[in-house]
Amino acid sequence: MTRSLTVASTLEEAVSALSGGARVVAGGTDLVVGQRQGKAPLPERLVAIHRLEQLARMSKDAGCLRIGALVTHATLAADPVVRSRLTALADACAIVGSHATRAFGTIGGNLMNASPAMETGGPLLCFDATVTLRSAGGARSLPVAELLVGPGRTAASPDELLEEVCLPLPQEGGGSAYVRLEYRRQMEIAVVGASAVLRFDGDALADARVAITALAPTIRRVPEAEAELAGSDGGPDAIAAGARAIAAAAAPISDVRGSADYRRAMAEVISRRAIETAAARARGADVPVPASGSAAW
Amino acid sequence: MRVAATLRVNGTDYPVELDPHISLLRAVREHVGLIGAKEGCDDSECGACMMLLDGQPVNSCSYLALQAEGREIMTVEGLAPPGELGPLQQAFLEHGGVQCGFCTPGMLISAIALLARNPSPSDDEVRLALSGNLCRCTGYEGIVQAVLAAAAADGG
Repeated sequence: MTRSLTVASTLEEAVSALSGGARVVAGGTDLVVGQRQGKAPLPERLVAIHRLEQLARMSKDAGCLRIGALVTHATLAADPVVRSRLTALADACAIVGSHATRAFGTIGGNLMNASPAMETGGPLLCFDATVTLRSAGGARSLPVAELLVGPGRTAASPDELLEEVCLPLPQEGGGSAYVRLEYRRQMEIAVVGASAVLRFDGDALADARVAITALAPTIRRVPEAEAELAGSDGGPDAIAAGARAIAAAAAPISDVRGSADYRRAMAEVISRRAIETAAARARGADVPVPASGSAAW
Repeated sequence: MRVAATLRVNGTDYPVELDPHISLLRAVREHVGLIGAKEGCDDSECGACMMLLDGQPVNSCSYLALQAEGREIMTVEGLAPPGELGPLQQAFLEHGGVQCGFCTPGMLISAIALLARNPSPSDDEVRLALSGNLCRCTGYEGIVQAVLAAAAADGG
């Protein structure tokens, strides 16, 4: 087969190329690198979607933030609505790769590569994000929780293009955080990561959502930990119980970045930091973005 | 099969014929003939290949050349006319920010991108902005001092 790259100028052209067997490239920060790392050869036929301006937009409507697939990590990390209402997502986007990765890497690419260590997945799960997948036959909506089905695998069929991510804006008064264990500030991938999205009603936690990163075949919520936190006072004992529940639910692998035992031990520490930071923010504390590396633990 | 394309590098249009899967780095080095940007890791880890694409820093080893068509590419050669040094390059020399020189083109481009978005960065902001660029010689101190000095000299 002949190598080709089609630069799509319309959404229709892009999904038509997908029907013909091409694969999508946007910022290239995963796909092109993966080729040289030997993970996966570059697909013979590529369709580049970087010129589809309608996919690079963000909009707010009916209590939802709609994020086009091409919106970059840099844009999300700087966006005032994301920083104030969806802070865990800002935490995550602010530490993806380096300045160069964040300038070109997209939220769509981060999701569709479906790495169990991706930074944005945990926050998106906790915020109940849904995605719109478009093919030549039409569009469908899917919760992120159903999109991520395994390491590097999504529920999208090969002819579907991720068009946008939709995030319901949480009620005022909540707080959230994403924290990862890292060995280096930039060009790092989470060794272990945790997300927490909390909302107090008076002195009690009315809503608690947590997710783990790089601790299971996919990023996933941990209902056992959420049950420990919901209804509690969100104090140190409740947070410790939540973090222990997360560590108990973790099923990490051993690889060059950490052994399974080490990851399991760190799961409790990193989860505690994420929950503490989310609780502090929910109580009105101004913890800078990104939470990783900036809070005083 | 090669594809005819035009790459605009440092304000000049270069007609080239490219393999559709070639990286921007290889296209600029091997087809345009500007060899300032370097291949260090070929893995987006080291930053030696850094260029600006429409003003944004890009690891050019990990970006497809054809996606850069119709956009402004800037490499280290765009910092000053041939045979001359721009103020940031001069500051690298004066502060010992260069030893073997392999990382220098990428360091300069990352620093230019930083100064464009933040003309008066703090020491920490310089270190953070350059932390996607690896240097195995200088210990970084001279590089950081050079960027701070160039920012100060520019009134930042």
